[in-house]
Amino acid sequence: MAERCAVIGAGQTKHAAKREDVSIAGLVREAAERALEDAAMDWGDIDAVVIGKAPDMFEGVMMPELYLAPALGAVGKPMVRVHTAGSVGGSTAIVAAHLVTSGVHRRVLTVAFEKQSDSDAMWALSVPQPFSAPLLAGAGGYFAPIIRAYMRRSGAPDHIGIVVAVKDRKQALKNPYAHLHIEDISFEMVRDSIMLWDPIRYLETCPSSDGAAAMVLADEDCAAASPRRPAWVHGMAMRSEPTMFAGRDQVNPQAGRDCAADVYAQAGITDPRSQIDVAEVYVPFSWYEPMWLENLGFAPDGEGWKLTDSGATALDGGDIPWNCSGGVLSSNPIGASGMLRFLEVALQVRGQAGAHQVDGVRRALGHAYGGGSQFFSMWVLGTEKP
Amino acid sequence: MSAAPTGRPVAVVSFAQSPQVRREDHRNEVEMLMPVVEEVFSRIGVTKADMGFVCSGSSDYLVGAPFSFVSALDAVGVWPPMRESHVEMDGAWALYEAWTMLRAGDVDTALVYSFGRSSPGQLAKILALQLDPYYLAPLWPPPTALAALQARAVIDAGRATEEDFAEVAARSRRQALANPHAQLSGDRAPGELMKDDYVVSPLRRHALPPITDGAAAVVLAAGERATELCDRPAWITGIDHRIETHALGARDLTSSPSTTLAARGAGLGERAAVDVAELHAPYAHQELILRDALGLGAEVSVNPSGGALAANALMVAGLIRIGEAAQRIMDGSAARALAHATSGPCLQQNLVCALAAETPSGGR
Amino acid sequence: MTDATSTGQEPVAIMESPIHVDYRFTAGLAQSRFLKGLSQGRFLGQRCPRCHKVYVPPRGSCPTDGVPTTDEVELSNQGTVTTYCVVNVPFQGQSIEIPYICAQILLDGANLAFMGLIQEIAADQVRMGMRVEAVWVPPEELGPTMASVRHFRPTGEPDADYESFKEYL
Repeated sequence: MAERCAVIGAGQTKHAAKREDVSIAGLVREAAERALEDAAMDWGDIDAVVIGKAPDMFEGVMMPELYLAPALGAVGKPMVRVHTAGSVGGSTAIVAAHLVTSGVHRRVLTVAFEKQSDSDAMWALSVPQPFSAPLLAGAGGYFAPIIRAYMRRSGAPDHIGIVVAVKDRKQALKNPYAHLHIEDISFEMVRDSIMLWDPIRYLETCPSSDGAAAMVLADEDCAAASPRRPAWVHGMAMRSEPTMFAGRDQVNPQAGRDCAADVYAQAGITDPRSQIDVAEVYVPFSWYEPMWLENLGFAPDGEGWKLTDSGATALDGGDIPWNCSGGVLSSNPIGASGMLRFLEVALQVRGQAGAHQVDGVRRALGHAYGGGSQFFSMWVLGTEKP
Repeated sequence: MSAAPTGRPVAVVSFAQSPQVRREDHRNEVEMLMPVVEEVFSRIGVTKADMGFVCSGSSDYLVGAPFSFVSALDAVGVWPPMRESHVEMDGAWALYEAWTMLRAGDVDTALVYSFGRSSPGQLAKILALQLDPYYLAPLWPPPTALAALQARAVIDAGRATEEDFAEVAARSRRQALANPHAQLSGDRAPGELMKDDYVVSPLRRHALPPITDGAAAVVLAAGERATELCDRPAWITGIDHRIETHALGARDLTSSPSTTLAARGAGLGERAAVDVAELHAPYAHQELILRDALGLGAEVSVNPSGGALAANALMVAGLIRIGEAAQRIMDGSAARALAHATSGPCLQQNLVCALAAETPSGGR
Repeated sequence: MTDATSTGQEPVAIMESPIHVDYRFTAGLAQSRFLKGLSQGRFLGQRCPRCHKVYVPPRGSCPTDGVPTTDEVELSNQGTVTTYCVVNVPFQGQSIEIPYICAQILLDGANLAFMGLIQEIAADQVRMGMRVEAVWVPPEELGPTMASVRHFRPTGEPDADYESFKEYL
């Protein structure tokens, strides 16, 4: 029988385009120290460290955990480095949680980061490969055709992506850690921004950020001894499918559906829209909100955009607020972006989200995805011990 | 915080590896992996549909492409979607991740694989990128130079001589003659090896690992599923790993405290009482450091496969150590075995896996 | 590091550390066949022996079955745009004038679309379902590279029915 696991500490950096005031070690320490402080713990209280980030080429450091071990208090301890593409922040937290649920460790520090300004991230994503022509121009070139396919399939009107972009940036204004604080964000501003990868406009894309996230995960006894309210893990799951295959539904990937079904079954959720109070979902391009609303079962197929359009996903007045923190559209330190989703729902469950707190959160969904919409990691946290 | 087995017992039930070669020039990663995955399954009559979890280890910088593990997944065919994860580390740590999943009871079986091509890039430069990016990496020290610093420290401390390094190399390559997958093998006496030129003093050619391309895969199974799949599973009685500080100047390079700690965590005590030890010692002197750290007596058969001096595919060689040690339990030639994997310069991070033919006591 | 307060100097915030590493890529057995085909002005795919789907470019394995693709299949020079985007962002290493169309093209007889460049049509005229054909470089410039296909252009045929390609989206 697996042990219970809870989040008892959470910390993140101020996310920014360039964090020139800190080294890579300083960046991860900033988040880790805040997580430890939140958990009322010291470095010596930690049994193991699990760290995640996206490709090493983003900073030009191969296996940076080797260099970061002392900065994260890992000397003499187990340290694991996870890399599952964009979902890595989420899967890193899950790997760390398994160290607790398997009974191997009692208190695990998990950290994820990206310091994209340390290299040319666009280059790192499009390393010139022989045998193929450089066409993609970054992640947007990959996802834009999929978004076009969604629009065609669902009949969603063009303005839906703009609605999401405005909503998430407005919500980011309530999150002091968010990278983008666009005070005068408006429908017109997003609509009139340049079409980078038609149908994706500039302001419908995520920024490129430096930032880190950290959490302290603990077993039942440690959680009971913790001074602040724990956020209990009610379910966690990972699913992967191949990047490209005949008949693959890239708009609504099976791996995402299966992952959600698994995590809901563990948490006893049968109707996510009514049973989940808040969700932080990996939306790097605005159109992914309606797409994931369908993939995650919050809306029937082809109708996610209607939920977005109705305002249901807004912090202000919505019944199922998504990305109250501003989401990936407002802060995107790639390797940490998934962990920030997992962390933000811990804040919501623990009542620590400040100005972007949703009232009375009992259960929340954190979600990350990566690769060509093929790697998924999710967890459901709750106020009650499962 | 020890890794005492309170969860379900987990065992290695199958192991396969590719030929370990200097340069895999014709096959891409997927083509290298497919036959290995096929073999690790066919040995125990399973398919991917029988696997509850898939976990791999590899490095983008070795391949020279971001997300290199993504296309490698096509060697398995994760469809319908599967539980799957990846570490940017040696596959031994992927096995560790899978072990926690199986212990927690989420799944009963796992495929663990890794692939590593050390040949396509400029390896000395690439490995320099593992170092502190502000102070060390800009100096581009080659890994052989760092290893030589360690070897010199071992000699200066009076712990071993260059002749001892040659003994290790001679034995490793001789034992590799019996390993069909090995890249380097041969029967040359230590005295003859001492005539080799220095690559970086005090390391002569024979004390260095070959540059290797290769792949490997292991199947893990928990509880009764392990005995269903394998007559003589190699039970993991303990597994732990520890990291040391990165600053070489802050470490005693003649010892490996992290290996000792990991061995304790794996339940091995001060003198590891095993029949066989597969040690991931890329440089000859590192085997001597590891023997001390693990308290291995003269009766222990060390690296019957030839070890990393016979083949050292980065990200794979550690997983192969576990596979080789487990194989000797599965084939009945050993009752207890130890496997070790390392990462980082001068044995910075070390994993120890204890294996036994006997089911761990208290397998609840 | 200097102490900004004691010396009055700014702290070091950035250090340049250029990294240059050369790699020898291995195309692999299946992709080698495909690349040789390109140097002859042909698209060579491979069929999975289990699910019988045709993959181009082939990677050597069937991504869903995890088995080697064995039968070689020569594909048509023509195909259908399943979906696309208009790239309007400059990036390092870009050799094409923006805006340009980056499309998923499903060659006739293939079961997976691949990314290709559409030219000889205004960006705002491109459609999902549009029929296109490969325009190869002159024979003397053909080589084992995707650059042998200069681009794809409209054939002028009627657009393919959405139902005919929607499962490839």
